[in-house]
Amino acid sequence: MRQRGQMREYLREFNKYRGLFWMITYRDIKVRYKQSVMGFLWAILMPVLIVMSGIVVRYAYAFTAHVAINKADVASVAVKALPWAFLVSSIRFSCNSLMSNKQLVTKIYFPKEIFPLAAVMASLFDLFVASGALLIFLFAIRVGWSVLLLWVPLLLATIVVFACGIGMIVSAAGLFFRDVKYIVEVLLTFGIFFTPVFYDTRMVGDKAKWLLLNPVAPLLEGLSSCVTRQPLPDPLWIAYSLAFSTVALVGGYLFFKHLEPAFAESI
Amino acid sequence: MADVALRMEHVYKKFRKGEVFNSLRDLVPALTGGMFRRQDLAGHDQREFWALQDVSFEIKHGEAFGIIGHNGAGKSTILKILSRIMKPTKGKTVVNGRLSALIEVSAGFHEDLTGRENIFLNGTILGMNKREIESKLDQIISFSELEEFIDTPVKRYSSGMYARLGFSVAAHVDPEVLIVDEVLSVGDHMFQQRCMERMSSILKGGATVLFVSHNLKAVSELCSRAMLLKKGEVAIISGTDSVVRHYLKDAQEPCAGDENKPVYISQVKVSDEMGERSTFESGQTAWIDVEVTARERVQKLGVLLCLADERQYQVFQTSTEVLGYSRFSLHPGESYRFRFELRLNMGQGTFYLDVKIGRFDIQKVYHRKAPAATVFIRSTSAVRGAVNCFPRLVEADTILDSRLQERCG
Repeated sequence: MRQRGQMREYLREFNKYRGLFWMITYRDIKVRYKQSVMGFLWAILMPVLIVMSGIVVRYAYAFTAHVAINKADVASVAVKALPWAFLVSSIRFSCNSLMSNKQLVTKIYFPKEIFPLAAVMASLFDLFVASGALLIFLFAIRVGWSVLLLWVPLLLATIVVFACGIGMIVSAAGLFFRDVKYIVEVLLTFGIFFTPVFYDTRMVGDKAKWLLLNPVAPLLEGLSSCVTRQPLPDPLWIAYSLAFSTVALVGGYLFFKHLEPAFAESI
Repeated sequence: MADVALRMEHVYKKFRKGEVFNSLRDLVPALTGGMFRRQDLAGHDQREFWALQDVSFEIKHGEAFGIIGHNGAGKSTILKILSRIMKPTKGKTVVNGRLSALIEVSAGFHEDLTGRENIFLNGTILGMNKREIESKLDQIISFSELEEFIDTPVKRYSSGMYARLGFSVAAHVDPEVLIVDEVLSVGDHMFQQRCMERMSSILKGGATVLFVSHNLKAVSELCSRAMLLKKGEVAIISGTDSVVRHYLKDAQEPCAGDENKPVYISQVKVSDEMGERSTFESGQTAWIDVEVTARERVQKLGVLLCLADERQYQVFQTSTEVLGYSRFSLHPGESYRFRFELRLNMGQGTFYLDVKIGRFDIQKVYHRKAPAATVFIRSTSAVRGAVNCFPRLVEADTILDSRLQERCG
């Protein structure tokens, strides 16, 4: 009960500073696009690389299985690569967000969750830019539409919720323990092998459920189903991801707020 | 109760001195090791110190209150606790009204954004909303005098321009309670003057100001009451003048380590007809008494007197010799006393008195006391700037143009 009252207090405070939240998000986006000569290509570069490596992997699968690679495979990889790129960049970016805003953390008062959350939002912006390119690509290779597309907002929202939760946890932990950054980096690099980005969970047969325990897996599978017209993963798995993400968000928020008073002295 | 803007009640703040575990790599072995050797972790807790001890004060609405103290006295800690960046270990703080803190005003700047973009960013950080900033944008830009460069990324700015822009934004937030920390040490003389004016106008607008600075001049000009902090404890809370005097007296070191000198400065006193003092009005006359004592027989001595300003720039120098007093000699145990009379026609500021005794024909200084005393000049309303030119208005007439006269006639 006490916790719920506190939560309401936190949210009220955050709401008071929402102008600042959007301002920091805007700054993060602006700075990113200003710094790179490539401009908006920046948002596309990483997903394109992931998609290309995915196609290579897919080609290898197809080759060993003695079948031809089809456009559904390519579309599936492309659709899953974008949210994965978003997840990686938002976690990486939010992990450093407190440290790179050291000046503000130690000098001026405002709810500090603004930083990791703005980092997630800036990455989300990248995702939208990249999605524009993806739509053109999907249209070019003539992937059809289906009613399953209605799932997309829910699946994407769940990924964003998950990213926010993890972002807050790693940013707060990273402030106290400098090596969290490196651990996160390693996990993000190898995470792609434990997440069905280049492959589908059904490729591993009845071991699929172990891979689906990764809360990101059902979401990516779901997104890919929307374009490849495979049946959706069991709604129970999606519910599991949703629950997991919500717990990560609420738990991450409470964790962050619990540590926040010590930020200025520990940074 | 209702007229209190800021209050601290018995606030304590503890910091850890030593390095705490800041990586998992250190923490994990320490934790597992600690299971076997408990005292290892306990040992860490002893390395802490109190940055603030039992600090209590109260500031009323519309009042300007100064905090002075040496480095590490706990001034910034107080500000951080009041602005909620840190939590006190013990004690309570009360803030009534919208609080805005000018602590490193350019903290929110991002190098890659232009001046204009940074105004919006920093303005938001300091608590303004977009509409407010838009309505004040022109004022802010003209205050900063950066019209030409406002669309240049701030990484190309000089540090002075950087700070000017920072202060301009901060100065246009309309707070009810304003906390100011060392922001006035930026920019050139003219800009500082305008900052002070802006602060006074914020004060006149009814805001409460808490001002922390090393700049005694600024504190005494703005604040009516002040607090002196010493090693985290309140030394005195009183009218600014008496607190400043207290602080200056503290800064004078007792003469020590002079035992082996053949002749030394045994006393320096600054006074006027009312007695010993350190604060003078610009243009007032001061007496400086210097007493020198010899341990050995010394010859051809002279006493040199210098005044330097806060930037250690020498503004005045004199000596017994240039004043026409011939070189003198002293026997062991003999003391000599001089009284210099100075007309302090500097503008307002803090000046350090530097006294030397030596043989100036062979460039040998036997003893030097710097600063031997601190002199604090207050401005009169007629005098602004570095020196007092004793202005007087001697004529004021209307001059009528003859052609104008004809037309009117």
